[in-house]
Amino acid sequence: MLASYVGKCSKKVKNVVERGAVKKFAEAIGDLHPIYWEEEAGKNSRYQTNIAPPTFPRVFDYGVIEGLNLPAKGLIHGEQSFHYDRPLLVGEELFCYAKVESYDEKQSSMGNIGRLVITSYGEDVLGNIIFTSTATIILTEAVRKAMMV
Amino acid sequence: MTKLVALQVGDSLEEIRLRPVSRLDLIKYAGASGDYNPIHTIDEEAKKAGLPGIIAHGMWTMGNLAKLFTPYVEQGFIQDYSVRFKGMVFLGDVITLHATLTEKTDNQLRFRVSATNQNGNEVIQGEVVFSLYEKISIP
Repeated sequence: MLASYVGKCSKKVKNVVERGAVKKFAEAIGDLHPIYWEEEAGKNSRYQTNIAPPTFPRVFDYGVIEGLNLPAKGLIHGEQSFHYDRPLLVGEELFCYAKVESYDEKQSSMGNIGRLVITSYGEDVLGNIIFTSTATIILTEAVRKAMMV
Repeated sequence: MTKLVALQVGDSLEEIRLRPVSRLDLIKYAGASGDYNPIHTIDEEAKKAGLPGIIAHGMWTMGNLAKLFTPYVEQGFIQDYSVRFKGMVFLGDVITLHATLTEKTDNQLRFRVSATNQNGNEVIQGEVVFSLYEKISIP
């Protein structure tokens, strides 16, 4: 059933790398380096503005992949990766969307597990991809059964 | 500030030991990230999910691990960062962050990164490719 979503994308959503959100995020991961929040440090840096920590894309809205209704509970985050062309700049607009990359099922120590790979993209105003982020989500048999009800 | 380019394969960045994981840490991360899955903040929900207690967001640990590289923001940026979540992090756990250089090319440094708990078990393990703004000059 999940396999039928492979290749499907959400519609792009405009996100802003918000100054306050970056500071709050940096604080939550105990990484309050001035480059993330102090305006002066940003101005004097290579990018002439503040940047966001590498796992910040977690906060963006990637829109909805039509029909894909993953349960709020019971999902296991198996793997995660980020790829960057450059750091994200505070204040910039990014157009974000997600795509179902692949789905497979296999036997493991947790029984028959489903592995759903979702890639998220962030493009600048010109359409250049600035970052991609890939999440592997594990769905146990029990979670998949609950989804079918 | 140490120059990352001076590192040799096999060298490690200075480890960071986090203070014991607290509920407030996870509430803060939930708010900052927008991930309100209650298994990370509410005991009863964690128990209902079959867990002995609330667990840290995997992304909280991954976010923390990246700060090993923050002191070097003027020298380059994290181009690739990938991890596998190998074990759960519970309240009170003491997490230590590690990075060891595994490969050096003309403008990239590849590190094996991990976060371990107080028992020495890896809770996440992965790789960082740090892209340098100035190429390594080969004499």
